[in-house]
Amino acid sequence: MASVRYDHVTKQFSETVKAVNDLSLDIKDKEFLVLVGPSGCGKTTALRLLAGLEEITSGTISIGDRVVNDVAPKDRDIAMVFQSYALYPHMSVFDNMAFGLKLRKMPKSDIEKRVKEAAGILGIDHLLDRKPKQLSGGQRQRVAVGRAIVREPKVFLFDEPLSNLDAKLRVETRAGISKLHQRLGTTFIYVTHDQTEAMTMATRIAVMKDGILQQIGTPSELYDHPSNVFVAGFIGSPSMNFFNGKLAGSNGNMVFDMGAFKLPVPADIRETLRARNDDQYVVGIRPEDIYDAAYQAPDIESSAVEAQVDVVEPMGSEIFLNLLSGENTFVARVDPRSGARAGNQVGLAFNVNKVHVFDKKSEITLR
Amino acid sequence: MIPANAAKIPHGRFRTTDATVPKVMQQGALTPWLYLTPAIIIMFIFIVYPAANTFYLSFRNSANTDWAGAACAPLEPCWGILENYRYALTSEIMRIAFFNNLMWILIMVSATVGLGLLVAVLADRVRYEPFAKALIFMPMAISFVGAGVIWKFVYDYRPGSDQIGLLNAILAALGGQPIPWLTVPLLNIVMLNVVGVWVWTGFCMTILAAAVKGVPSELLEAARLDGASELQVFRQITVPIIMPTIAVVVTTMVINVLKIFDIVYVMTGGNYGTQVIANQMYIEQYTNFQTGRAAAIAVVLIAVILPAMYFNIRRFREQEATR
Repeated sequence: MASVRYDHVTKQFSETVKAVNDLSLDIKDKEFLVLVGPSGCGKTTALRLLAGLEEITSGTISIGDRVVNDVAPKDRDIAMVFQSYALYPHMSVFDNMAFGLKLRKMPKSDIEKRVKEAAGILGIDHLLDRKPKQLSGGQRQRVAVGRAIVREPKVFLFDEPLSNLDAKLRVETRAGISKLHQRLGTTFIYVTHDQTEAMTMATRIAVMKDGILQQIGTPSELYDHPSNVFVAGFIGSPSMNFFNGKLAGSNGNMVFDMGAFKLPVPADIRETLRARNDDQYVVGIRPEDIYDAAYQAPDIESSAVEAQVDVVEPMGSEIFLNLLSGENTFVARVDPRSGARAGNQVGLAFNVNKVHVFDKKSEITLR
Repeated sequence: MIPANAAKIPHGRFRTTDATVPKVMQQGALTPWLYLTPAIIIMFIFIVYPAANTFYLSFRNSANTDWAGAACAPLEPCWGILENYRYALTSEIMRIAFFNNLMWILIMVSATVGLGLLVAVLADRVRYEPFAKALIFMPMAISFVGAGVIWKFVYDYRPGSDQIGLLNAILAALGGQPIPWLTVPLLNIVMLNVVGVWVWTGFCMTILAAAVKGVPSELLEAARLDGASELQVFRQITVPIIMPTIAVVVTTMVINVLKIFDIVYVMTGGNYGTQVIANQMYIEQYTNFQTGRAAAIAVVLIAVILPAMYFNIRRFREQEATR
């Protein structure tokens, strides 16, 4: 059990490529931290640096109180679950799980006890004699997790462990891993490109892009208060709608002009914007904060907008509307009773208090 | 809902009885044989007939005028029609040849496969991998005869006078006595093997390197995280995973080494106790004009090689099946 600390860590693969750029992260003991970002953002490299599979160019990584830059992978007291599971194909499930313990010269009876126990937790006790080839994808995944558990490491590392599973199994396994985290009470560091996995499992999420940490926080912090346009667009599905808004009007009548429609500027940010010497902003709003005007939630300060329906995607519990308004395309998540039809005009209500405002040049959050 | 006409989707559209396929190309019972005929004819002329004739000749006397054993002297040991096999299996020179071939298998196969694997694994980790591998593979482009001539110079021995052989020149320069590398029994077999290893290590390396590269790097990383040292990773992960390839390389090398001829023929001519089966076969045919004995030795050689061959083909099929 241990905390993990990245202190100004940089990994440079060549003159021009910085896979991880000045990453500083404090991961607390027993935390479930998810590193998330698009492919090529450096999240897997960050994990591999911690595992010791890549050498750090500059900065330090500590596990507990120990700086591990020069510690061999096997002495870092970590276990990793690989995307491909990396099961040893010539060994049985039992031997796969026991391999690390045998190398540590643990007595045979102890090995057996630990492997059986881990297999029991994961529900794979009936598969111990099989070879990896004879297992299904989900079973292999559990063996890979089992191999990590038996080692009783200080930190568990997961590198996209669910991406080779089918959709249904992925949802089940997600819950399984969350449960495992509660049960073991160990630090988990989990890499994924899937923001849903991040949102559902993490105690905290770190979003990366181009090797740079964008934001770290709890799922709800990231969702409600993204630090910039990238995080706002990456977290949430369907993702946040963005509009180019020109600040217009004055005092009590300040609005963002999107061309085809206008939105009132929320009261709490008017002072800030007035003090700025700039009228170009990125305005964001999540699809669930746009209502079919006929079914809008009560008690919200709303602004009416007309738009043309491009595509209707009924999800059963709700409907996704792909909408057009002038130059703007956006998505709304509306009540299933909505009568919107493709090609028709629809009246919408924007929840003004849920509007996000970003600086246009730096893309940093203002509200 | 399944459409009512779902079962009526036409199938078998690509059967060759389709009217668009010219009639001559439509497959019947005969067509496959037509395709195979040229190959079968060539195989028959160059493989089946010579093999059968060799088998027949192995029961005949030296000039193919009578059955072997017809001229057996009374009271001398004689196997009758199998007289040539008595020679091939029990004569002094053939026993030496069998022993030497066994030595060749032990030394050359283990050395080529061992060194090939070592180079394959080490080269995988250096920056100049293609260059290093090309260097090791280069001798493969030289014929055994050429290699034999080159190494004959390396091993050259002149009692007393200046040494033009590389090895003895080095020995002399270091103040030692020159050694007649190719005439000292047992040592000469080792020295001949060195030539074979020099030529064939590149072959083993190439095939094994492909297998080593085929081991997913995540497996090696997983083993390292599990606490394995590099040697343990190699022995407990890499080697077991590439074992099928190692087996194929070993059997291929066994077959090669059983047929070893050129190196011995060029460098010692089979003298000084270096005789091998294939060279003795050559001598019986072209020096002693004992066609029957040469044929019998050939049959024995085939019989020895067949198991290795069978093993190789079976291994190959297993690999194909798992693909």
